Amino acid sequence: MTRILLSRVLPAALLGLGAAFILLPFVWMLSLSIKPRDEIFSTTIELLPSRIEWSNFTFALTRTDIPLFLWNGTLMVSLILFFQILFAVPCAYALAQRNFLARKLLFGLVLAALLVPFHVTAIPIFLGFAQLGILDTFQALVIPFVPSAFGIFLFRQFFAQLPSELFDAARVDGLGETAIVWRIAFPLALPAATAFAIFSVTAHWNDLFWPLIATTDPDLATPPRGILYFRDQESGDNVGPLMAAALVITAPLIIAFLFAQRRFIQGIASGGLKG
Amino acid sequence: MRLSLDGRQALTDLWLVAPATLALVLFIFVPVAIVAVLSFSDYQFGAPTFNWIGTENYLTLFSSTIGRRAVTNTLLYVAIVIPFSVGAGLIVATGIHRMAGWAPRLSNLMKTIYFLPVAATLVAMSVAWQMVLHPSLGIVNQTLASLGGQPQNWLSDRGLVLYTLAMIGIWQSIGYNMILFLAGLAAIPPELYDAAEIDGAGGAWSRFWTVTWPMLGPTTLFVMVITATNAFRVFETVATMTGGGPAFASDTLVHALYREGFVYFKAGYASALTMVFFAFLLALTALQLRVVERKVHYR
Repeated sequence: MTRILLSRVLPAALLGLGAAFILLPFVWMLSLSIKPRDEIFSTTIELLPSRIEWSNFTFALTRTDIPLFLWNGTLMVSLILFFQILFAVPCAYALAQRNFLARKLLFGLVLAALLVPFHVTAIPIFLGFAQLGILDTFQALVIPFVPSAFGIFLFRQFFAQLPSELFDAARVDGLGETAIVWRIAFPLALPAATAFAIFSVTAHWNDLFWPLIATTDPDLATPPRGILYFRDQESGDNVGPLMAAALVITAPLIIAFLFAQRRFIQGIASGGLKG
Repeated sequence: MRLSLDGRQALTDLWLVAPATLALVLFIFVPVAIVAVLSFSDYQFGAPTFNWIGTENYLTLFSSTIGRRAVTNTLLYVAIVIPFSVGAGLIVATGIHRMAGWAPRLSNLMKTIYFLPVAATLVAMSVAWQMVLHPSLGIVNQTLASLGGQPQNWLSDRGLVLYTLAMIGIWQSIGYNMILFLAGLAAIPPELYDAAEIDGAGGAWSRFWTVTWPMLGPTTLFVMVITATNAFRVFETVATMTGGGPAFASDTLVHALYREGFVYFKAGYASALTMVFFAFLLALTALQLRVVERKVHYR
């Protein structure tokens, strides 16, 4: 009896305590987002409201630009992912399955690029975009992320495991290399592509650094940038709708995670290879 | 004119790799070179001219109170986050791993909960944390008050703010470390535990110290370096909750480079901050490579 208490109940209780700490901001956000105004500003601790106040959500979704921010975010992460794959996959295929002069050098370059966090390149990219006059445009949010050394690396590792006979057979059948890349190699690399997509979408949906630098127009705000506009406008007055907005903004990723936990964890954990 | 076979092959290779290579050079290597060069100038965004000022930006960074604050704050933040996040990640992973043996569903639920902050949008969660820690409306101070404790200004007290941010950094990264440790735990052959039991190490405590901990050693080093790399980049929570304040008490390297570069437009000085940040990260990566090598030898 004591043994079971020590080996099961005690650890489980500790894990539960830790889980409560992890859930604290989620629960408080959810609680405030469905509380009526007067209960938010009361000083007694109540997790559950006396009645569910949906108007916080209707306010966030109809009287603010949150839907626009969600749309901007969706469009931005989709375009970034599309171009990252478009650029990375052919390069990764050539690195893994073709022999050319500068192959080792190029792979070295990719590994070196992995070491550079985005923050390091921000100032020169900002300067360049200012010269070109494309700061504060939607393109500015997408273009810097088109080259993904991590994408090239991930796809290269995957393609390197595929037998070269597969591609020789396709060549015998008369397929050109571009067709081989997109019609044979890429569909086979779907597991790698899923992991990469999850990593890329999460990273860019959540990013605040570059949107804060590259755009000042509220109409171009991504969800994290947008919620700060909303918060600063309301100056602490509209807590309920603000929490509803925070919930709406983080919901897409949380829902995706809950539905595809294993893939999600794999995708994000694979990012640990990145410098 | 017809190309030789080799020529055509070379053109194909070029067609496949040139776009990505050019983009990498244009958006990563050229900017790194420019930022290194700019760090020796007094360039300001929009200024018509600039001067070469040698290492003055670096001297300012390391001799001014504000510059030193950014460096020491970042180091202190990293130094707090590493032990707590890695330690908690290890404890949670061990607990969840063992729980999977007798309550697989509960163990999976725990894993999901601990991973939630990693999947969530940090800026939105920072806004939520602001309300949790709100001086009067927050649940933390309300609980403290009802227990007779002293409410605190978690995010506006100079002596407290960096620890509050570190606590949130720990909250955010435990789940990630847990996943890495769970992978490490799954790789430990069960025979080792049987052998330990025969040798008399039957209790959970002695099993941990005789088998789990030595086998996880390399994973732990790896997790520590990854945690450090991520902690060095702390920006979202600072920018959202404190703006580096009050009085630069929570200013960190990335936040300082953002403020100096893109709020005050001091490109030269911000470039020096960038280079210092980059140097720290490169040192960590060098450490990481050595650790990964060791991990391979260990197996």
